[in-house]
Amino acid sequence: MGVSTRTVLSSEDIDRAVTRIAHEILEANTALQKSGTKNLVILGIPTRGVWLAERIASVISRAEPDADMANILGRLDITMYRDDLTTNPTRTITETQIPKQGIDDKVVVLVDDVLFSGRTIRAALDALGEYGRPRAVKLAVLVDRGHRELPIRADFVGKNLPTAREERINVNLSETDSQNAVVIES
Amino acid sequence: MKNLLSAADLTRESAIEILDIAEGMAGVNDRDIKKLPTLRGKTVVNLFFEDSTRTRISFELAEKRLSADVINFTAKGSSVSKGESLKDTAQTLEAMGADAVVIRHPSSGAAQILAHSGWIQGSIINAGDGTHEHPTQALLDAYTIRKRFHGSDSVGKGLDGMKVAIVGDILHSRVARSNLLLLNSLGAEIHFVAPPTLLPSNPSNLNAELHFSLDQTLGEVDLDVVMMLRIQSERMNASYFPSEREYSRIWGFNANRLSMLKDSAIVMHPGPMNRGLEIDAVTADSKQSTVLEQVTNGVSVRMAVLYALLSGERNSDVI
Repeated sequence: MGVSTRTVLSSEDIDRAVTRIAHEILEANTALQKSGTKNLVILGIPTRGVWLAERIASVISRAEPDADMANILGRLDITMYRDDLTTNPTRTITETQIPKQGIDDKVVVLVDDVLFSGRTIRAALDALGEYGRPRAVKLAVLVDRGHRELPIRADFVGKNLPTAREERINVNLSETDSQNAVVIES
Repeated sequence: MKNLLSAADLTRESAIEILDIAEGMAGVNDRDIKKLPTLRGKTVVNLFFEDSTRTRISFELAEKRLSADVINFTAKGSSVSKGESLKDTAQTLEAMGADAVVIRHPSSGAAQILAHSGWIQGSIINAGDGTHEHPTQALLDAYTIRKRFHGSDSVGKGLDGMKVAIVGDILHSRVARSNLLLLNSLGAEIHFVAPPTLLPSNPSNLNAELHFSLDQTLGEVDLDVVMMLRIQSERMNASYFPSEREYSRIWGFNANRLSMLKDSAIVMHPGPMNRGLEIDAVTADSKQSTVLEQVTNGVSVRMAVLYALLSGERNSDVI
């Protein structure tokens, strides 16, 4: 019916991107602080950012033997901070989990699947402010598709994907979907 | 959904969705900064024509935690005591631009009138109307039951197969009516336990089993929840039972009756309690009592209701 789909990242591509992002995070973290992964917090933004964050954290804990997943990994629900609540259908909110150590003076890496307008990340920064004052906030995304509406940029990008505004990017992850793939619908 | 007037407005799916949202709100109430920017710029009026402690404070707290502008209106000390009608009061609020009105009124149907008369454009939330309904109380009761029995993996679940006894003044109780409707849609089995004088005159069209003896019910039914109702002396203009002492002996929940329940069962009370009348101090302060949990959960549930009604596209039916 006129909808064409094109796979831009395969399962292997996603794995490679996740591994690379994880190592880039470690490298950047070492440059920022000497305490290693002890003061690193990785927060996934629901829904698919949560799974990506989990994958990134597991790569990190394999690379750094002293890294503790439970201390690093969390999730941040940003629904209540969105600026489109009155114009879009009501969304359900999900649980936020911040690692026990909190985020004060930590390096926090936000993880999302697609970076588009930047509004989700703006909301995430607001939400983060309610939990503490991180030393630095970084952003990791699997796909950056452009069309920013706010001055926001990702620090770690899986793939830059120039798109038309009307196209849809679907990120499928095996944790919630039937496959691992990034698909463009146009 | 625009208004919440009756527990019957909620389907099983929409009720579970509100309870799930409330779980998320509960997280906010546990952290240091208990505030969300969600309803910034919205004005919510709490219109209370009847006395209330819990419901009013709970709504006010919920509204403030969602950053709404809150106006409290109580009939005492307002122009209502000079004889202003509900219509004029409502139109005054409309002229001031209220986005939502939380109303409690001693007359059954007051919330319906406000919602369907066209006097007010905003959302209407029924916070108790006469002896008719009190839907947010039913939601917070359902939330409390779900939380006690399913713990941390309660999201998405109903109350299927749960056996709930509602005991006492069913006739005057809006809490009983709303709970009956909501808990039924969530799959629970309702038992009304009351003297015949305190049951509605035609109980046969209620989807509940009727019992006329508390002790017999406790012995025969494997209850998960006992919900005690307050004896509402302010609505009783005739003699419904011979004496308070007799009522408390036959219908009051005491340590003895508590021991007849299984250990996992809970005793609920919507408050305010008449200690020594429908519930004794041992029961009210026991581990199985959820009275204070109900109050805590009330805030999360009301935040969820306000969020569900005030966000989202206007005039859409999706919650």
